[in-house]
Amino acid sequence: MSETVGTSRAVEAPLIELSGLEKSFGSNRVLRSIDLRVQRGEVFTILGGSGSGKSVLLKHVIGLLEADAGILCFDGQDATHLREAEWIGLRKQVGYVFQGSALFDSLSVYENVAYPLREHERWTEAQIGSRVAACLDAVGLPGVESLEPAALSGGMRKRVGVARAIALEPSTILSDEPTPGLDPANSRRIGALIRELQERLRVTSVVVTHDVQLCRDISDRVALLAHGVLAEQGTSDDLARGRLPEVAEFLEGAVGDEPSAGGEGGGVEG
Amino acid sequence: MSAPLSLEQGLAGVGDRALGAVEQVGNFVQLGVRTARALFARRFPLRAALQQFESIAVRSLSIVAVTALFTGMVLGLQAVVSLSRFGAKPYTGSFVGLAIVLELGPVLTALMVSGRVGAGITAELGSMAVTEQVDAIRAMGADPVQKLVVPRVLACTLGLPLLTIVADVLGVLGGMLISAQNGISPDFYLSTVMSTVTLADFLQGFGKTFAFGWLIAAVGCYMGLTTTGGTVGVGRATTRAVVIASISVFISNFFLSKLFLML
Repeated sequence: MSETVGTSRAVEAPLIELSGLEKSFGSNRVLRSIDLRVQRGEVFTILGGSGSGKSVLLKHVIGLLEADAGILCFDGQDATHLREAEWIGLRKQVGYVFQGSALFDSLSVYENVAYPLREHERWTEAQIGSRVAACLDAVGLPGVESLEPAALSGGMRKRVGVARAIALEPSTILSDEPTPGLDPANSRRIGALIRELQERLRVTSVVVTHDVQLCRDISDRVALLAHGVLAEQGTSDDLARGRLPEVAEFLEGAVGDEPSAGGEGGGVEG
Repeated sequence: MSAPLSLEQGLAGVGDRALGAVEQVGNFVQLGVRTARALFARRFPLRAALQQFESIAVRSLSIVAVTALFTGMVLGLQAVVSLSRFGAKPYTGSFVGLAIVLELGPVLTALMVSGRVGAGITAELGSMAVTEQVDAIRAMGADPVQKLVVPRVLACTLGLPLLTIVADVLGVLGGMLISAQNGISPDFYLSTVMSTVTLADFLQGFGKTFAFGWLIAAVGCYMGLTTTGGTVGVGRATTRAVVIASISVFISNFFLSKLFLML
């Protein structure tokens, strides 16, 4: 699958391009000169130990965090210094799966998944209901619409978070640890969903994870984030042929957690 | 460590703190500007504003009522005793009426609301911030200021004046209950209140509460949205929000009273 994507990559501008991205929280330098290109329609997996700054990196992609230095281009547009209101159009095209699922506690599962639809579409309640049901079905949670998030297990919350992220049928999905807390069957289901969206609708996915199996199952390209830099990146084919020794080492479990995680904002974890 | 170095470090520390405070004030003002802009945005969050009005104003009625009633009663009690010393007991109604309408009604209502509502807003928005729910709103292309801040600020700014009217009425009635037990008839008490307290007095006290309501909600929202550090951070932010909102009420009360007296 990486071969097909690789062919089209040569002629298309990248969907997401980060150059020299840097971010510190106080004295803690979380990201140091990150250069990253994500092509349209590929599944790009970012691996890294806990506290390596993967979540922070992902949040920069749609402007949830502002970089200290560097350039961010999204869909051919320089988005480095976009104001909050200017991000809205871009964010409509992106589904974001949060590490802690980030469901709204005050709303039911139905209202959580319907939230982006109510925000951006002028649909009837029947249309919204039908889309919500389809999204919940896709993540293997039919019939939970009326439940409150507090009544769900961690894994179910995570899947509702995925359902919410795909509700608007985004062209890009950013997933921050989409599978931890899920049983193997549902973990595979989420992986298959990401792959299916990529194959059927050419949805671009950036997945931050330390789930080895998920990485092997879905990735077109893989990068390893360590000590605030992208230590190594390449296609899944490169990985299979042993051209990415550090990534392979990480997948085998030889690389431990980052020594210095922390930073303000609670978003550094991961 | 040498003495000059530690002095230098001390000054640097003071400088950093001062800069930090200026930055906080700047961010607070910026949130105020964004809130004002969002008030006139295309899609006004009417439903959320009504829900917040119910949660902020209607549910504060009981604590405001109890506070005002007992404040009026204790004022009546002290007034009867104190004014009797120089034969001015008949002025109890005037004393209680002016004290309640000008200061105690507005300020005590604001303090009760800052304790109940300010803390509630900060705890709720702070929890949302540390569990990435605020980021989720942004990630879905919505504006947290419009979704979360506008309904709360509007509900509190309009709700506090209404609560103050309730407090004024119950405070005066509390004074009347005690006066009645001390030989001042309710008719006489009310007539002294009405003849002393002018519309201008009422408007002075009432007018200040719009500012108090805005301050309490704006501080609560700002502290909530900027919360970091997990559940411990939420607790810390909540305490700070109540302290800052209460002190802001006292300080702004002085300047607003001075302003109204100059008009």
